[in-house]
Amino acid sequence: MQQPIKKIGKQTLQFMQPPVVLSFASIVGPMEGKGPYGSAFDYILEDTLFGEKSWEKAESKMLRETIKMTLQKANLTAPDVDFMLAGDLLNQIVAANFAAREITIPFLGLYGACSTMAESIGLGSILIDGGFAHRVIAGVSSHHHTAERQFRFPTEQGVHRPLWSQWTVTGSGGILLAREGNGPVITHLTVGQVVDLGIKDSNDMGAAMAPAAVDTLIRHFQDLNRQSLDYDLILTGDLGTVGLKLTWELLKMEGYRVENNLKDCGVLLYHPEQDTHAGGSGCGCSAVMLCGPILRRVVEGAYRRVLFVGTGALLSPTTVYQGESVPSIAHAVVIEYIPPG
Amino acid sequence: MVSLLTAFVIGGVLCALGQIIMDFSRPVVTPGHILVGYVTGGAILSALGLYQPLIDIGGAGATIPLSGFGHSLAQGAIASVKADGLLGAFSGGIQATAVGIAAAVVFGFTMAVLFNPKG
Amino acid sequence: MYNQNLKNKYNALFNIVQRLKEKKEQAQPQKEKTTIPSNLNPVEQEELQKQIDQQAYQWLVQQHQPRTTWLRNTILAFLVGGIICTLGQIIQNYFRGFGLTLREAGTVTVFIMVFLGAFLTGLGIYDKIGKYGGAGSIIPITGFANSIVASAMEFKREGYVYGVGARLFNVAGPVLTFGFIISVLIGLLYYFFT
Repeated sequence: MQQPIKKIGKQTLQFMQPPVVLSFASIVGPMEGKGPYGSAFDYILEDTLFGEKSWEKAESKMLRETIKMTLQKANLTAPDVDFMLAGDLLNQIVAANFAAREITIPFLGLYGACSTMAESIGLGSILIDGGFAHRVIAGVSSHHHTAERQFRFPTEQGVHRPLWSQWTVTGSGGILLAREGNGPVITHLTVGQVVDLGIKDSNDMGAAMAPAAVDTLIRHFQDLNRQSLDYDLILTGDLGTVGLKLTWELLKMEGYRVENNLKDCGVLLYHPEQDTHAGGSGCGCSAVMLCGPILRRVVEGAYRRVLFVGTGALLSPTTVYQGESVPSIAHAVVIEYIPPG
Repeated sequence: MVSLLTAFVIGGVLCALGQIIMDFSRPVVTPGHILVGYVTGGAILSALGLYQPLIDIGGAGATIPLSGFGHSLAQGAIASVKADGLLGAFSGGIQATAVGIAAAVVFGFTMAVLFNPKG
Repeated sequence: MYNQNLKNKYNALFNIVQRLKEKKEQAQPQKEKTTIPSNLNPVEQEELQKQIDQQAYQWLVQQHQPRTTWLRNTILAFLVGGIICTLGQIIQNYFRGFGLTLREAGTVTVFIMVFLGAFLTGLGIYDKIGKYGGAGSIIPITGFANSIVASAMEFKREGYVYGVGARLFNVAGPVLTFGFIISVLIGLLYYFFT
């Protein structure tokens, strides 16, 4: 018997048996721990090396520990999980690959730049709803120092950061999805298209990603025939203050009413006086906010329906040197929760 | 005392100029471009005889910025050509700047071995 | 057909950009309206349309970017650069006091300034100066030393040959390459034309 197609409209998938979020965990660096949501994270690193010899090792360990912590919270062990979907920002996604080396779960590595959290949740939900898995764990990480030296300058080089540049977040988040259980559910996924409106400044990622976020949001609203106010919270990944303002402007131009329900992880994560300029960025930015404060609030019942839009700038240092513009992508996942009773 | 003041002003102006170039040509001009531009620019100005007056006024204010490095390269090459002929064109610039370059490599290596980046 | 495919891809953004263009044209009425010449083939038309879209968006981005504080940056660069050069002058005057010639004193000054730049980088202080100083901390020779130590130190974990040894010249390499080339060129020109 042929299964019905679960795609609605042009780019949105509707899950028949919405996967359940069994548990979630987050680890952040010392600077993120001093931010406004410091107390909502599971573990705050004392220093950026995390007892390792290099920052790359530290990032990998962070992701590994986050995955373990997520499993622990659900009282499960590695053999109970069918797949692990993970990614990060490093070349050849080594942080995820090396974390997977220590964890005996079948592994699929993903790269969606800073949108990887949304991408991994979406693909994990597809695996579960498609009947290919009982439980899937998704995790991503980023590290300020590893990303900075890969994408920009060595950390000790005295350079001026422009006011619209963003601060790569040190942190990792993990989320465990399952076919059965109690908890928030993933109901829809909107897969984004790559959009490029010709922004060439690799510091100006918010501006590069805003059109992608808007494109995915509008597609999502059209496909599901929803309005922005149907959501208690629309949470974008790492647009920063500049990108958030642009997204706001573009959505308003298209006639979508956005009010206080449009928020951005990069803007929320730090205090303004922490001098990050336009806010946070990186895989870890959306991951720690989602797997920390936001899902906590969802479970508390503060948000009934959240639209999580992971945004990613798909650049590499090589493309920047070659004068290419920054293509961007955004994926949206809908998280719903009706607290029992 | 006057030499300190002129060094401050000339050095400051050279740096401020670089900052203006960087701010108004983002994101094309990076610190690397500025360093290369100042060395070549300084060498060309020096060859045209336009950099020496700046040093006469500014002292370290004109020799410490990298354009002063370019000046040493140019003047070294010219002096060597005068003394040794054609081969001097190849040896002069490097000879004149050898102390600075070797110091940069040796100190660079030593510091990199001694210290770890703090982030 | 090709035209249609491209248009589909940008469909959601297409309307927005249309409105952006209207807004941009309202804001700059003196400029001529950009219209697409009809004698182009569809692929070229689409390409031109894309460029116009990008321009419209970049205009909007400029409206929302924080104002570049170029004046503040320039003043800071002036102060920091000036202070570094004054320090150089103090060292130079000090050695001149020992009876060194101007040239010798200059060389010793460069030597000490390179050391200071490298040492402050190792201590993790120079990048803090650079955050405020901008070009004022890049252009003096101390900034050159900073760029050498910063990349060498950061890649120490890749070993001494491919890490420290190779990365030492990450920024210094281009500077030396172009410096040597221009120096030899000047020497050659001087040889042949005087």
